[in-house]
Amino acid sequence: MTLPTPPSQPGSLDQPPAIDICDLYKSFGDLEVLAGIDIAVRFGEVVCVIGPSGSGKSTLLRCVNLLEEPTSGRIVIEGVDITDPDCEIDDVRTKIGMVFQQFNLFPHLSVLANLTIAQRKVLGRSKADAEAKAREVLERVGMIDKIDEYPARLSGGQQQRVAIARALAMDPDMMLFDEATSALDPELVGEVLGVMRSLAAEGMTMMVVTHEMEFARHVADRVVFMADGRIVEEGPPDEVLLRPANERTQRFLQMVENR
Amino acid sequence: MSRRTRTRLIRYGVSAVTLAVLALIALNADWTKLQESFFDPEIFADLFPQIITVAARNTLIFSFFGFTGGLALGLVLALMRLSTIRPYRWAAAIYIEVFRGLPALITIVLIGYVLPIALQVRVPGIYGPGSLALALVTGAYLAETIRAGIEAVPKGQMEAARSLGMGYGRAMISIVIPQAFRVILPPLTNEFVLLIKDTSLLFVLGTTEETIELAKYGRDAVNDTFNGTPLMAVALVYLIITIPLTQLVAVLERRNKRAL
Repeated sequence: MTLPTPPSQPGSLDQPPAIDICDLYKSFGDLEVLAGIDIAVRFGEVVCVIGPSGSGKSTLLRCVNLLEEPTSGRIVIEGVDITDPDCEIDDVRTKIGMVFQQFNLFPHLSVLANLTIAQRKVLGRSKADAEAKAREVLERVGMIDKIDEYPARLSGGQQQRVAIARALAMDPDMMLFDEATSALDPELVGEVLGVMRSLAAEGMTMMVVTHEMEFARHVADRVVFMADGRIVEEGPPDEVLLRPANERTQRFLQMVENR
Repeated sequence: MSRRTRTRLIRYGVSAVTLAVLALIALNADWTKLQESFFDPEIFADLFPQIITVAARNTLIFSFFGFTGGLALGLVLALMRLSTIRPYRWAAAIYIEVFRGLPALITIVLIGYVLPIALQVRVPGIYGPGSLALALVTGAYLAETIRAGIEAVPKGQMEAARSLGMGYGRAMISIVIPQAFRVILPPLTNEFVLLIKDTSLLFVLGTTEETIELAKYGRDAVNDTFNGTPLMAVALVYLIITIPLTQLVAVLERRNKRAL
């Protein structure tokens, strides 16, 4: 597996960031969910976004591949401004893998077909190439023996690993994880986090919305704490999670610890 | 008296009354007369092979083209109803309201007679206008069914497909619509059976000896023979067409359940 940038040198300074978000606002009707977000993610970097529910972290992630249309602001992916109405968003999306809380596997397709359909219809890969790729990524997430199953026959953890494989099969430059373990039974969380951890170790650029503080502390290069649609605090995981400067962050972490 | 005994007594009572009514009918019916008027073997035999090779065949032709056309039209209308473009939504809504509200007979006359005169065109044959009229009616019904099916597919499916780089159309065709059709298979069968029966209205177009469908064929034969046997035969053929169809769909549905 070759990745755009080896993990040892996360993003040189003259290279444009993988994700560059400027002054992002998003409202649903009267409700302002994002109130001026500025954040950049370099290639090879793992950024974990934490915060109370309703803080806008999922909306922020969904704006990155334009599943939500921002109200204002700019989002630049690998130098391409996707908030520009003329931008070919479908092309940009093939570079961004997305993993959802509810897995969203295609229930009418087998695991193999889940992994090959977009490779074939979007990237135009041959059947043989797509299947070879599918096998390779299923191997990586440890799901190769379920290749002919239908999603309904898999456990939540297995479905989520297949969903990660489906995103990886497109050879994305970066991956977005939207509370990927929140819908899982506690005993299944570990297998999914394990896959995410190994992806991070291989140097994948990742933006992870999560409630798993342990994961954030050990895997993230940077932790971003959000509340009320703003970034309250950000920095290295040990700093934000162990010695938070902001009172809002302290309160949140205390509540998470005491649950 | 316990509730259980009471329930059982009521059930016995209902069964007894039903049996008594059936027995009363059976004992008082004039079986010879019935057989002469509705089950005459000679008249029955005379109906073959035309009842199959012409009448049933035409009913199936009208049903097939009416349904295929209706399905295509219904799909387009459903997508228009779900469109973000307001005029599309309105146009589809108006079409659906009009053609669902009109009796099929009126639509058939409109297409068969009014339209040709209005446009000064003479469409030869019955198959074209007949199937078209049925497709227009069926499309209006199917549009709402298909729309409900598409809306029943979780939003996450479209999002997952789009996030993989599929365009809206591609995601609809490959991901959402196949799942929608699994959901609406039972009502779709219902519509198909209704359509098969609606072909009996096409007689108003003046179907000829070659284009005659089942119901008209049966009524003509009744007039020729002064006997009810042809109607019974036609009824039997309708059931031979519809029952295997509904059974086939039931099998498909069971198979789909395993995947979903």
